[in-house]
This record gives sequence, structure tokens and C-alpha cells, in this order.
Amino acid sequence: MKIMTCPINGARPVSEFFCWGEIRPMPDPDTCSDDEWAAYVFNRNGAPGVKKEWWCHTASNTWFIAERDTEKDVVLNTYLFEGEIR
Amino acid sequence: MPWKLLRFGVSKKHPEPRMFTYHEKLKTHYDVVIIGGGGHGLASAYYLGKDHGITDVAVLEKGYIGGGNTGRNTTIIRSNYLTPEGVKFYDESVNLWQDLSQDFDLNLFYANRGHFTLAHTDSAMRTMRWRAEVNKHYGVNSEVVDADFVKRHAPMIDLSCSGHAPILGALYHAPGSVARHDTVAWGYGRGADMRGAEIHQQTEVLGIDVQSGKVKGVLTSRGYISTNKVICAVAGYTPRILDMVDIKSPIYIHPLQAMVSEPIKAWLDPILVSGSLHVYISQSSRGELVMGASLDPYEVQSTRSTLDFVEGLSSHLLDMFPFLSNVKVMRQWAGMADMTPDFAPIMGKTPIEGFYLDAGWGTWGFKATPVCGKTMSHTVANDSNHPLITGFTLDRFRNFSLTGEKGAASVGH
Repeated sequence: MKIMTCPINGARPVSEFFCWGEIRPMPDPDTCSDDEWAAYVFNRNGAPGVKKEWWCHTASNTWFIAERDTEKDVVLNTYLFEGEIR
Repeated sequence: MPWKLLRFGVSKKHPEPRMFTYHEKLKTHYDVVIIGGGGHGLASAYYLGKDHGITDVAVLEKGYIGGGNTGRNTTIIRSNYLTPEGVKFYDESVNLWQDLSQDFDLNLFYANRGHFTLAHTDSAMRTMRWRAEVNKHYGVNSEVVDADFVKRHAPMIDLSCSGHAPILGALYHAPGSVARHDTVAWGYGRGADMRGAEIHQQTEVLGIDVQSGKVKGVLTSRGYISTNKVICAVAGYTPRILDMVDIKSPIYIHPLQAMVSEPIKAWLDPILVSGSLHVYISQSSRGELVMGASLDPYEVQSTRSTLDFVEGLSSHLLDMFPFLSNVKVMRQWAGMADMTPDFAPIMGKTPIEGFYLDAGWGTWGFKATPVCGKTMSHTVANDSNHPLITGFTLDRFRNFSLTGEKGAASVGH
């Protein structure tokens, strides 16, 4: 069983969690070009690496950030989001 | 025992020729370089030689041929898709499959079994009717059948699925088939080799030389090759290759797992798929049950398999076939699926001249192997997208004109 550590509830089976994907800054829809907006909507960074992702512990609806090595499938760090993403 | 086998026992040297030639060195130039020695790459090399007379071709494979998703799928071949683009494309592939054993002079064990996509809800029945109508419109043999019909073709099934997901009907696709997947890679590899293409295993691509928007060469672990045309057919490695040429794409990688049981007496003729229970199952000619489920739930670029998968799939499978409770799982594995947002592939020309993409094959690539070879070789030979793949180009994501194929994915991903 794979384990994910929720910053509030501690280590739990990964089946209790949902991955919302890599954190990506959103361009301003009022000022960006159509191409920039399409790239934001569809394009992803599919190459392996250490990525910061949104995760949710669904049982408690706790949203937090996990830093994960997507090639080794190892979770390096998890913490609650603070501040603003830009 | 066939007499032929005796020759293997008594002769000092291996009595059959190798499937393809080993080349000591890479040449300094090829007309076409194909990255990826899976079914798609080898089929492209095969049809470049056979249909277009282009034989100065190198296929570069990081591992061994057919060792990626070509050897990791559950070998199901069907054309009961949802979009007109998809149905036409996969139907052409099924046509090509029928003659492939003859073409190769190699037995693919192509077995026409019939394919059922089970519907457990009214909304699933609606999608089945939709798919059946699109299929029939393009001349593909598909029809909606009731639960009794399913029971007649798979008598061991529990139609109530342990009471919680009763089967209401199914989409029945008579041409649905299975084939031996390794042989597909070997057959295309041997055919390409006979026509002059070179297959280089253990040869990793480290970089792609692009100058003023045109491909000039490929840097490999065994030296530099100059070329003007590159086909990228690397499934789960696609984002890494695209990073080398600085092309952004929507492709994301999730593992897709599968497993087989110990061999048992033949009891299951058709291929069964349940989107609601996340199961697909067929019985191989050796008697093993070949089973798969949905994608792993988050991005991972590795091929490790998990116990969660075996537990989940087994539990759903027992809902359908309770009598299998004592059958043992023999092995399990995973492949890296290059997924796209609309569940259709990404094929053809790219913003870089001479760089052709055969990607986004996610969980649906094996059945398309022959038609991908046909259409990619045409696209490269003429530098113009084959008419069958115009719905699959990369720029559809810039124009918001997607080819929504998710409803025809084998299980609800």
C-alpha cells in the first residue's frame, strides 16, 4: 500500500487522496493571447521530475501541496498552502 | 512434435536465421530516423520500404524491440470507436490486421473472438447505442444486444454482478480480436530489415539537432546521425523527446497495469469489457486470463506495479465471475501510457519541419499499430498528413477542436 502524509491527518493510504495535478500559474485571461490561454488549458509538463502538486485528502477535504518525484514515485514533502500562487 | 523442432535439438548452430540483422555501427546519415522500436516505429519503417521505397531508415531503440507498450498491452483489437475520425481510422487498422500474418509469413495467432462492452446503467446503454449507430454508419459491425445475448456468449457470467451492478446489455462488436503482441514487433521488424531498414537496439537518443526550425540530426548514445526526417514513436517517453525539440504538448503519463492468471481450461471465448467495474478480460490461446483495469490515479513515469491494482481488479472481476475465486494470479506489470485530454492520439506534422509525431497512444495504441505505420509512412514520404489522421494533429489543442474519444475508451478512466 502506498502512503501519503496529510499535513493535518498524518500518514494515510494513498487511496484516500486525490491528485489535482501540478501547480501552474494561470495567465490573466483578460490580457493574455488566445495561444497563451490554449497552452494553459491543455499543455502539461509530462516529463519526469520533482513536481509540486495539489493533493486533497478526500475524507477530510484537506487541500495541501505535495512535492513528489514522479519518476521514483517518492513523496518528498507535504505542507499546507500559504500565501498566493503567482 | 513437429519434425522441424528436431533440427533445433541436433544442429550445432541455431538453424533459423535471426529475425533481423545486427549492425555493428550507425551510419553517419539516414533519410529517415525513427525513435522507438515498438510496433508503431517498426511498422512505420516497414511501410516506408514497402509502400514508398524509402529504405535508408534507422530505427533507434533504447531497450529491446517490442519491450515497451507493444509487449505490455492486453492485445485487444477493435474498431468500435465513438468519433467518425476514430471509427474510420481503427476500421482501416482492423482490415490491415486480417492480412498481416500472410504479409509477414509469420503466425500472429490473430483470433477473432467478438468483443462485448458491458453496460450496467441507462447512461452506459445510451453511449452504446450512440457508438453502435456511428459504427454502423461507417460500415463497422457493431450492435446493441441484451443481457441474455451476453449470457449465451459467456455462460459463466453473473449477470447481476453480485447484485450491485446488474448488466442491462452490451455493445457487441463481432470483429473484436486478440493477437500475439511480440510477433507484431518481430514481424514488422523482420519485414523492415528485409527491405533495408536498420534496427539499432540499446541506442538511446540524447538530443535532436534543430536549426532554424528544421531537423538536422539526432545525437545518440552511439554517436551523431545527420537526417532531415525524424519520427517520434516512443509512447510514455514522448514528453522527454518533445522537451529536446522544445514542443509543448498536453501529453501526461500515468501507468496502466495489467495481469494474467495461471493457465486454465478454455471457458471464455469473447473479450469482455466493463466500464463501470473497470475490468477487461479475455482468455489467451494458452489459457491464461489476460486482465486489465483503469489507469493509475496519478502521474508516475515508471513501470512498477502495485498490490492495490491486483486487489481492486480481482474484487471487480469476482463480481462478474465468482467461480474464479481460487484461480491464482501469475504475473502483473505496468506500462507508461501517454494520455491526451480527449483520448485521441496526436499524429503527423509538427511546428518543426521534418519532426513527425506518433504519440498520445495512451491506452489504445496496440490495435492501431498497422494503420499507424501506414499513415505515418505516407505522412513522412509526402511531407503531408495522411487523410485518415487529420483529426489527430497537435494543433487541435491550439484551436480548441478536440476529437472527443473518451466514451470509447475501454474502461472509464
